Amino acid sequence: MAELMVDARSVRKSYGANQVLNGISLTVEQGEVLCIIGPSGSGKSTFLRCLNHLESINGGRIYVNDELMGYRQVGKVLHELKPKDIARQRQSIGMVFQRFNLFPHMTALQNVIEAPIGVAGVNPEDAKTLGLELLAQVGLADKADHYPAQLSGGQQQRVAIARALAMKPKLMLFDEPTSALDPELVGDVLDVMKNLAKAGMTMIVVTHEMGFAREVADKVVFIDKGLIVEQGTPKQVLDNPQESRTKAFLNKVL
Amino acid sequence: MVDTTDHNDDVVAIPLRHPARWIFGGVAALLLLSFIYAVASAKSIQYELVGKFLFDHRIIEGMGVTLFVTVVCMSFGTILATLLAIMKLSQNPIQRWLATGFIEFFRGTPLLLQIVFWGYLGIIFPQLVLGVPYTDIVFLSGDTSDLIPALVAGIIALSLNEAAYSAEIVRAGILAVDGGQVEAAKSLGMSSSYTMRKIVLPQAMRVIIPPMGNEFIGMLKNTSLLQLIAVAELYTAASTISSANLAQIELLIVSGFWYLVMTTVLGFPQRALEKRYGRGFESVGGRAAPRAFKVGRR
Repeated sequence: MAELMVDARSVRKSYGANQVLNGISLTVEQGEVLCIIGPSGSGKSTFLRCLNHLESINGGRIYVNDELMGYRQVGKVLHELKPKDIARQRQSIGMVFQRFNLFPHMTALQNVIEAPIGVAGVNPEDAKTLGLELLAQVGLADKADHYPAQLSGGQQQRVAIARALAMKPKLMLFDEPTSALDPELVGDVLDVMKNLAKAGMTMIVVTHEMGFAREVADKVVFIDKGLIVEQGTPKQVLDNPQESRTKAFLNKVL
Repeated sequence: MVDTTDHNDDVVAIPLRHPARWIFGGVAALLLLSFIYAVASAKSIQYELVGKFLFDHRIIEGMGVTLFVTVVCMSFGTILATLLAIMKLSQNPIQRWLATGFIEFFRGTPLLLQIVFWGYLGIIFPQLVLGVPYTDIVFLSGDTSDLIPALVAGIIALSLNEAAYSAEIVRAGILAVDGGQVEAAKSLGMSSSYTMRKIVLPQAMRVIIPPMGNEFIGMLKNTSLLQLIAVAELYTAASTISSANLAQIELLIVSGFWYLVMTTVLGFPQRALEKRYGRGFESVGGRAAPRAFKVGRR
């Protein structure tokens, strides 16, 4: 059995009285691609943000690469980690956002190499070589000196993927990466993600692209109201759903 | 289908007339001319004195002091303002209270009063001692008036006051940066101070610079208040001369002229800075900019 990359154990999260995650448990093995689907407000994006501790959780435990995220456990007592330890944990987890969140005051290349130079301490020359390689990998070698505002949405999202990859992450999180794109630009971004999956990257993708989930995912999880309703291979969940809520959702989106 | 080779549908229209503009412009010009004539022909103003003192060495030296004090106070003020803004946005309640208290105190009392207070500090505390309390360790001690001469007192007063005002400008700039930027930085493993320096502040600058240009001009003029504690800046120099030769109006014109020159010249570096920090938010290299100010899609 392959090594576990993500081990989430009954994760609970609430904002005040509003319980968003009601105990989500799932595992992702190394090299696996997991797609999370579900209606909006189901908690799927929140769960993703808990995985790299952008949101703190109220219950359960999250282990990424055998490390407890955000805390240090001594016996039964949990200690909050220092910000710099949390930052270190996040370095091995890349994240791609729905709205790209590129740094608008930096060119595409600067976006990609800022963290390797400033955070990982890579020397600028090596970082630049790596940055240009990554931009070529996402098909944007010629856009290195363009500012985000000069790029289309699809190009911006591919730069954002290159930026996340530049920190050489062991796990990549995608939060609805194509939801903000014009339909004709979605394909380029999905192609980059497919290549990444083929290259063996461990990926968790929150998405509404059922075609992508069917083709690339090893496992699909359907979440509703902060709980996993159904999970299994794409065939099981997408083509032969057992639960009525899954069926109702798929009827609406397919 | 419209035939684009044939130009017989070009828009050639007689422009709309704007008679009100001409009437308004004429009235304004008339009023301005009559004001200039009234001032120029006033018998009480000796224009040859204005010319004589315009380049007087005391006036020029005073301008030097004015510029020096302005630049120094704006530098200290801006640095302190950035610290205050970050403190005010901090998770730490003590930092928030401290910053809020500082800002309220220095905004809530007249600048003139603060300047006089710092100028007369020697009366309240004749001796200043810098050391570790309750020990014999003393780094520095002496008469307050020696340690804090009028110029230093003026710089302290103007810097602290400026910091209180600019802190709110910097805070507004920081708040104007999209929250997704901080999340992206965090997800890359950046610390919060690194994120502030490299991601948030450079973007905040775009919002901060225009009102800071205002602050700079305000500071340049407020240095004239230092006349009260006898700092030899431009206005002090002019009033020293006029108290000897009684040509008050002439020397007011001299100093007013130079203040106007300095504030006008200060507009240039501001435009350069705005361009520098506008990078990525507008067209680059003369390109059409249909996407200006649009970063990502909402």
